[in-house]
Amino acid sequence: MKRQVPLALCFVFGIAMIFTRFSPHSVSQWIYEEVISWVLIIGPFALVLATVTLIQTHTTRIRRRTEHWQYSLVVFAGLTIMVVIGIRFGPQDSIFEWLYNNVQLPMDATMFSLLAFFIASAAYRAFRARTFEASLLLLTAVVVMMGNVPMGDFIWNTIMSWSPWADKVSEARQWILDNPNLSARRGIILGVSLGVISQSIRIILGIERSYLGGGD
Amino acid sequence: MDWNLIGIWIAAFLTLSIYSVLYQDNPFYRFAEHLFVGVSVGYGIVLSIYQGLIPFAWKPFEAAVTGESFIGFIKLIPICIGLLFFARLSPRHTWLIRYPIAILIGFGSGIAIPNVLRANIFEQTRGTIEPFADIYAGTLTGWGIFEAILMVVGVVCTLTYFFFSVEHRGPVKWLSKVGIAFLMIGFGSAFGNTVMGRVALLIQRVDFLLGDWLNIIS
Amino acid sequence: MNMDRRIVFILVALAVIIPMLLSVNLPVSVSEPTQKFYDYVEALPAGSTIMIAFDYGPSSLAELNPMAKALLKQCFDKDIRVIGITLAVDAPTLISALIQEVAAEKEAVEGEDYVFLGYRPGEVQVILGIGTDIASVYDTDYNGTAISEIPMMQNITNYDQIDLLVDFASSDTIESWIIYANVQYNQKIAAGVTGVIIAQMFPYLQTGQLVGLLSGILGAAEYENLVGAPAKGMQWINVESFVHLLIVVLVIVGNITYFIHRSREE
Repeated sequence: MKRQVPLALCFVFGIAMIFTRFSPHSVSQWIYEEVISWVLIIGPFALVLATVTLIQTHTTRIRRRTEHWQYSLVVFAGLTIMVVIGIRFGPQDSIFEWLYNNVQLPMDATMFSLLAFFIASAAYRAFRARTFEASLLLLTAVVVMMGNVPMGDFIWNTIMSWSPWADKVSEARQWILDNPNLSARRGIILGVSLGVISQSIRIILGIERSYLGGGD
Repeated sequence: MDWNLIGIWIAAFLTLSIYSVLYQDNPFYRFAEHLFVGVSVGYGIVLSIYQGLIPFAWKPFEAAVTGESFIGFIKLIPICIGLLFFARLSPRHTWLIRYPIAILIGFGSGIAIPNVLRANIFEQTRGTIEPFADIYAGTLTGWGIFEAILMVVGVVCTLTYFFFSVEHRGPVKWLSKVGIAFLMIGFGSAFGNTVMGRVALLIQRVDFLLGDWLNIIS
Repeated sequence: MNMDRRIVFILVALAVIIPMLLSVNLPVSVSEPTQKFYDYVEALPAGSTIMIAFDYGPSSLAELNPMAKALLKQCFDKDIRVIGITLAVDAPTLISALIQEVAAEKEAVEGEDYVFLGYRPGEVQVILGIGTDIASVYDTDYNGTAISEIPMMQNITNYDQIDLLVDFASSDTIESWIIYANVQYNQKIAAGVTGVIIAQMFPYLQTGQLVGLLSGILGAAEYENLVGAPAKGMQWINVESFVHLLIVVLVIVGNITYFIHRSREE
């Protein structure tokens, strides 16, 4: 019951989805549509996992009085306010939207923008042309960075105003993305996809069982 | 009371609280960071309930029990399977969440095999060799032929670098080295574009601070 | 040369603030992937339907909101009907406001010219579900109006009636759209993506699995240029120029000091 049934369910649903992909029969299509409607229903319940894990993590921090445990209370305050208002009045309630627009949105946007500072700092400290490969990476990054902005072509066209070649930085950027970058990315896509397919076969056949977790 | 104005001031305060970490870690940053986690998860829960559980689980259940749609009774099976996620709350019955997870994993794996095969293996292979049909037809210029050959060399060498079933020495070692060069160009491109993305996020926040908050720019 | 990283942070901040106050305006040329995107939409006749998946939250709005606005303006100008959806849980409030803002500017009518269906959890199953029957995934729009009561949805049941799917993506959702909607249902797809994932889109562009691509804030500026509605994208890409220049200068200075140190040590 604890391991064999989940393995069987995984096998049946996996095989069903492969089978229906190759069979246009009406029964096959009915199975396909029914399976999709089932997973559409089951999927949202996974929300419980994320919520419980977050609550357990912060409850433990408060109970054990770990360093900065007081901030876990802030997590619960934010979560409770949003959930209470949102569930009571719905996601289109003006207070709920006000909280989203003035609390969540600015913090989310700002949090990720911090990386602009760290990338600049890292570029200065760590971006060194130590080897041929590192030089290649550095040179490509510089061309792409300057090709991405109008300043790149502006500088080129000013310095090279005597030459017949205009907008060469953005063109070089586009050529790099269209050719050597494309080849490298395609190699990665092919490699990763072969991995995905083999892993999927292992999961369906029950060889790969790590998703069942530990225990009996 | 102008709630819009209050909102702008709160947003500015939280924005600056997060940027304060650039100087050093401090209570303002920690407060904003934790508030962000709580509020985001809270928002996610509400949306998942209103836009996920209610339309997919509650409405079919309601239709079934009120007799509005008897076919809804079939939907009670996946609803019950979904409810097994709540077994996570009881340590003795946690193993029950394996049932819905197994269904989702089985579905995902089964649907992935034929589609990934076609989208990422067949189509990408076609894209790599198709320019050679143009070379054969004589429709490619000298530069185009160079690009077509460069693409095949790049793809083969990159794949060789990731091919660990043979020892990398002799010709394989050199192919692999060329593969590394292509990968470095790929990573350099990714870095250059990532810089553009992250800086854009910063510009948007500064635009908010100077425009919406301080009204210095229009 | 050891420099406190906070000095670099201040330089970055100044490289953003000063050009923003000066409002610099350099011309932006249009790249081929953006042109292809624009041409494909332009070639659609009036009355066509585009489904736009706004798969991004507040963390990527700086890059994707400007291009989304430009595309919406083009669609409303050309009488192309727009179905908006999102696979990002933190997006609906943001996207709903965005669509309403552009619709108000272009006097587009909700339910006739556009509809926002909202969010549904489960990336792959939502994409596949839309292929079988949109109503099986979205029984109502974001406002709660039954899909059967929305005039523009009367003759739209699945991908067969959608002329183009545009994904504004900040993560791997674009690959899911390609793998499932394009492969399984032959849906034409174009993408607007954040800087982080631009580089990995080019193999799909070359094979035609993507009919066009907008690359981050640069793509947004280019599209605004093409649509003839310069806005934040054009403004921000000019500010961006100075930060990129600063980073390149920092890299050069860092390397010069490194080589000086290395030659001294040798």
